[in-house]
Amino acid sequence: MNSDANADVLAINPHLVEQILTRFIRAEIHRTGFRRGVLGLSGGVDSSTVAVLAARALGPKNVLAVTMPYKTSSEATVHDSRRVVEALGVQTLDVPISEQIDAYFARFPEAPKLRLANKCARERMTVLYDQSAAFEGLVIGTSNKSELLLGYSTQFGDLASAINPVGDLYKTQLRVLAEHLGVPRPILDKTPTGDLWVGQTDEGELGFSYDEVDQLLVLAVDRRMGRDALLRRGFKADFVDRVMEMVRRNQYKRQPPVIAKLSHRTMDRDFRYARDWGT
Amino acid sequence: MFRAALVQTACYLGDIERNCQLHLEHIEAARAEGVDLIVFPELALTGYFIRDMVPDVALPADAPAIRRLIEAAGNADLVLGFVEESAGHRFYNAALYASGGEILHVHRKVYLPTYGLFGEGRYFARGERVRAFDTARFGRVGLVVCEDFWHLSVATIMQAEGVDVLICIANSPARGMAGETIGTAETYDLFTRTFARLLGAAVIFVNRVGFEDGLCFWGGSRVVDPAGSIVAEAALLDEALLVATIDTDEIRRQRIATPLSRDERLLLTTEELNRIRRARYEQ
Repeated sequence: MNSDANADVLAINPHLVEQILTRFIRAEIHRTGFRRGVLGLSGGVDSSTVAVLAARALGPKNVLAVTMPYKTSSEATVHDSRRVVEALGVQTLDVPISEQIDAYFARFPEAPKLRLANKCARERMTVLYDQSAAFEGLVIGTSNKSELLLGYSTQFGDLASAINPVGDLYKTQLRVLAEHLGVPRPILDKTPTGDLWVGQTDEGELGFSYDEVDQLLVLAVDRRMGRDALLRRGFKADFVDRVMEMVRRNQYKRQPPVIAKLSHRTMDRDFRYARDWGT
Repeated sequence: MFRAALVQTACYLGDIERNCQLHLEHIEAARAEGVDLIVFPELALTGYFIRDMVPDVALPADAPAIRRLIEAAGNADLVLGFVEESAGHRFYNAALYASGGEILHVHRKVYLPTYGLFGEGRYFARGERVRAFDTARFGRVGLVVCEDFWHLSVATIMQAEGVDVLICIANSPARGMAGETIGTAETYDLFTRTFARLLGAAVIFVNRVGFEDGLCFWGGSRVVDPAGSIVAEAALLDEALLVATIDTDEIRRQRIATPLSRDERLLLTTEELNRIRRARYEQ
């Protein structure tokens, strides 16, 4: 595949995106009566970018960045997150989650590592929501469009948030925005990882790089190209099929739970109101 | 010469009372600038994603809330965007033009976008008329709403109507981040300047700002002269009260230089459209 021919389809104007996203964070938080935001900081490019956006939108003192390492979390991760928050001047809190996770899995020692990873993601979610009550701020999500489409995320875990400024940016685009925002080089250059277990990387687990898959996703989703057109663009059939099956299979993660319809007006089906109703 | 105030505002989604209050404040600020015309964006009294709230926020054109705003405008003409409930309980995405304390014209949006992120056709009835009207100070005026402006037929009818000033009020959401500016802003840049030139008319475009459920309304309200040049333009994304002076002599000069409307062949156009209509609908 000639990736140069497709490179422009992912182009963004990061200045414009920054202008919109900072206003988005401010408007969507202020309209609910809050002034502050809480986010989980992993030390990766996604959460670092959201931390910068939130600090610029709300003022650093109105942002709480929570680190929630598990005992296998890498030293480098912790170190990188610290660099980001120190540079930004946002408020910070460190809440290690090893004790509660280990206490639970002591009962289920046979649990495979994916269960552990998902449990960690959901534990971090409950910490964030509890801290959001203490800090009086809304939880700001950090899931990007690549992860959302591929379903490479934990339902009710890292997917949970009140507002998500970066959910319509592919990972590749998010890196461009991060660089524009001055996210430190070591974080920009970092291999993406969910830090799910020692040595885990997104691309190792998925079997393809974000650069490759973003090219495919933007053409298939945003440009609505069908399978034949994608094959003509040089994508391999098994890659296209595997990725599009991931997109389809994970639709449930992008939706609220299905409600059995009985009455004349059912939530989200024919009881249709914007979330920003009345504000 | 006349002075127009383009009110590039955000609003509260589904809260008529607070939006009326905002309107009163903006009208007062505009009148302090000594303007002759005050233009609000589409659905500024209600917000855009009102969905099932449509019947709850709808008003007849002669509602006391609207009367109050018209009175507040005093000597200035006023353009409002609201949900109009007809006597037969149909709900329209409507634009109202008031002058001297009277409603001169109500335009009901003809093209309701119902694709992609839009679902207006589900909630609103479609308007059935595209008509201009005469004003005391600004000549013949055409008033359209957002998606109407994306249809060549609307511009053609307005040209045949001989409008001097074409007003488009909008709630245009931002899409497309690859270029120098927002993708939808590029389209409106093209349309406002093109239609101004083709009609030899001043174009007043008023778009809102703010967010609803993650959608960004991008602003960029502007006045374009009949030669297609931008007379004044508000910044993107932020609230603004843009006051612009419109030189009506420019309309005359442009129509002398390039008399496109004079040379239009209305009979030819209607004959050809009738032929196409017969072929399509009467076979």
